[in-house]
Amino acid sequence: MDKAQFLIFVSLALFAIGLLGLIVRRNLLVMLMCMELMLNGVNLSLVTFAQRSGTVQGAVMVFLIFIVAASEIAIAIPIVLLLVRHRRTLDAGAYTELKG
Amino acid sequence: MKSLLTLIVLLPLAGFMLNGILATRLGRNPLGPRFVSVVACALPMLSFVLTVLCFMQLQASGGTPLIEARYTWAEIGGQAFGIGFHFDRLSAVMTLIVTGVGSLIHLYSVGYMKGDDGYARYFAYLNLFLFFMLLLVLGRSLLVVFVGWEGVGLASYLLIGFWFDDPVKAAAGKKAFITNRIGDAGFLLGMFLLWGACGTLDIDPINKAFNSATPPAVSASLVGILLFIGACGKSAQIPLHVWLPDAMAGPTPVSALIHAATMVTGGVYLVARMSGVFDHAPEASQVVAVVGAATAFFAATIAIAQNDIKKVLAYSTVSQLGLMFVALGVGAYAVAIFHVVTHAFFKACLFLGSGSVIHALHGEQDIMKMGGLWKRIPITFVTFAIATAAIAGIPPLAGFFSKDEILWFAYASSRGGSPLLWLVASAASLMTAFYMFRLLWLTFFGTSRMDAETEHHVHESPLSMTGVLVILAVLSAAGGFIPLVHYLEPMLPLPAVPEPLHHLERTLVMIAVGVAFIGLLTAWWFFGGDAVRARRMAPALAPVHRVLAGKYFIDELYEAVLGRPLQWLSQRVFLQFGDRMLIDGTLHTLAGIARGTAAALGAVQGGSLHRYALFVVLGVVAAIAWSVRHA
Repeated sequence: MDKAQFLIFVSLALFAIGLLGLIVRRNLLVMLMCMELMLNGVNLSLVTFAQRSGTVQGAVMVFLIFIVAASEIAIAIPIVLLLVRHRRTLDAGAYTELKG
Repeated sequence: MKSLLTLIVLLPLAGFMLNGILATRLGRNPLGPRFVSVVACALPMLSFVLTVLCFMQLQASGGTPLIEARYTWAEIGGQAFGIGFHFDRLSAVMTLIVTGVGSLIHLYSVGYMKGDDGYARYFAYLNLFLFFMLLLVLGRSLLVVFVGWEGVGLASYLLIGFWFDDPVKAAAGKKAFITNRIGDAGFLLGMFLLWGACGTLDIDPINKAFNSATPPAVSASLVGILLFIGACGKSAQIPLHVWLPDAMAGPTPVSALIHAATMVTGGVYLVARMSGVFDHAPEASQVVAVVGAATAFFAATIAIAQNDIKKVLAYSTVSQLGLMFVALGVGAYAVAIFHVVTHAFFKACLFLGSGSVIHALHGEQDIMKMGGLWKRIPITFVTFAIATAAIAGIPPLAGFFSKDEILWFAYASSRGGSPLLWLVASAASLMTAFYMFRLLWLTFFGTSRMDAETEHHVHESPLSMTGVLVILAVLSAAGGFIPLVHYLEPMLPLPAVPEPLHHLERTLVMIAVGVAFIGLLTAWWFFGGDAVRARRMAPALAPVHRVLAGKYFIDELYEAVLGRPLQWLSQRVFLQFGDRMLIDGTLHTLAGIARGTAAALGAVQGGSLHRYALFVVLGVVAAIAWSVRHA
């Protein structure tokens, strides 16, 4: 198994762990972290493919994703903080006011 | 005057409209009753006057029918259903009776119904009845007759249940209506057959067609029997007789007008009207005669054991109608109509007399609680006695002539007359005389059995009632001298009588008179004085009395055979199975399915973030799998 293949598997594993965590865990912060894991799994695969093909588009893509991820976290964490101040819990199941 | 007949029919309808729409609004206005009485009595009387005019016109033209085709109701496939009126000798007689006796009874009702809460409503119904009855009598086509036929049923229902806050009376109205429906089904089927075979419902062409050399291709007997089923319902013949005695729940003048003088003779009139059909239907005629004889006999036996003054008269009406059907069955249509006329006189007089008695006793109808009334209400007594003698067949009163002719033709007619029919009819006459004189004795003679309170208040009725009684008593006394049979003969010829029987006529008349007097004497023997002999005999006859007083338990039989199974069927099959299980069940199941599906789908949108995420993943995986497979 060469290095690239190994890295792809790692990226797949990161994505899968993140997805599983998102579905299974109820803690909002942990869910956010899991989403970061998934993003980074994708980033890793992008970098790997970029290196293999000798182009830079993949690396550029990774930077763009960093920016999106950073802004997303910057908005999500305050929202979570406000929610917690309101309800005193991190459980996602407690915030179901918007359900139909 | 081209529209006299239409006017005759429409005047009572106008009375119904005026009283029904205007007068019921007047409420407690003191002018109200006066307005109602004037409208209700004047219009039928005007009808009567017009009828007399028409009658004179008919005489002047030597019996050519007056025909007024008024209006085309519907035109179907080139065939027109018209509303028209037909005035020949037969309908002339009936119209005179209906408007004449009808007017008298309206007049009587003014006194009888005075102060009733439903005064205006009562007269509105009575006028409505008269309208439909005239439609029945004057209708040119069977369709118009049928409209009148149903209409008188409706009016009868409304008037039987006039005091509808008493459930018993309301139920009696329903019983009459439903029993009549059975007969009406027969009438309708007969009409269908006639329409199919003759292509018209006009009565004259139908009669002519049956009398022509090439009669219509339909069994006259079948048509006759179907029409007779209709007549059975309206005229209370076995087995549809059960409604008439219960119909006595209505006000007494109603019993006199509808359930004695006019409506119940509608069946007789129908058969006489369709004589062309029955002339060619010997089997149907035989059925008519036999049913009539059986009804006459059994109703008479029941009447012997009744104690309600109106019930006795009701069963006597059923019995007399039976005699009329005997006459129809042996082809003596004119004689049956003759008896209709005399019966209208004396039975109206009897009913109105009983109404006067009931009025005097403040609603008491049990003859066991009467007695000795003849001194207290003499006019009522005299008129009642004359009518009783008339119905019993004592010469020379009206009933003697018509009944004697019926008996004669029952014996001697070449169209189905037989000694057996005569015997049964004579037995019925004997019992008629017996129970009518029993009624007379228990009501008017002997010592009083009233309680002191009622006794104290006994009073003769007002002039508007006694006047009518006197007129009707005179008619019941002299009505037999009207040469009615002779008058109708050109239209309804009498059946031939075999030559060897001619010499018997005198003997039979003697027997008929003898029978009437035997009835009188036995009644006097039993119930004369204070009915001592009757009371002494009572224990020995108790079982027979129970059967008769129970009216042969026919009501109970119908209840067991028809009523209860029908109720069971309705309750179990139609209500519980059909309605609740099948219809409601289907709907509930459908609703349940919808609700279950909604619940299942609603759970998908449960508000759980994790589940949404899972669904997203599953969706993505499925999409990828699909795209890979179809790549």
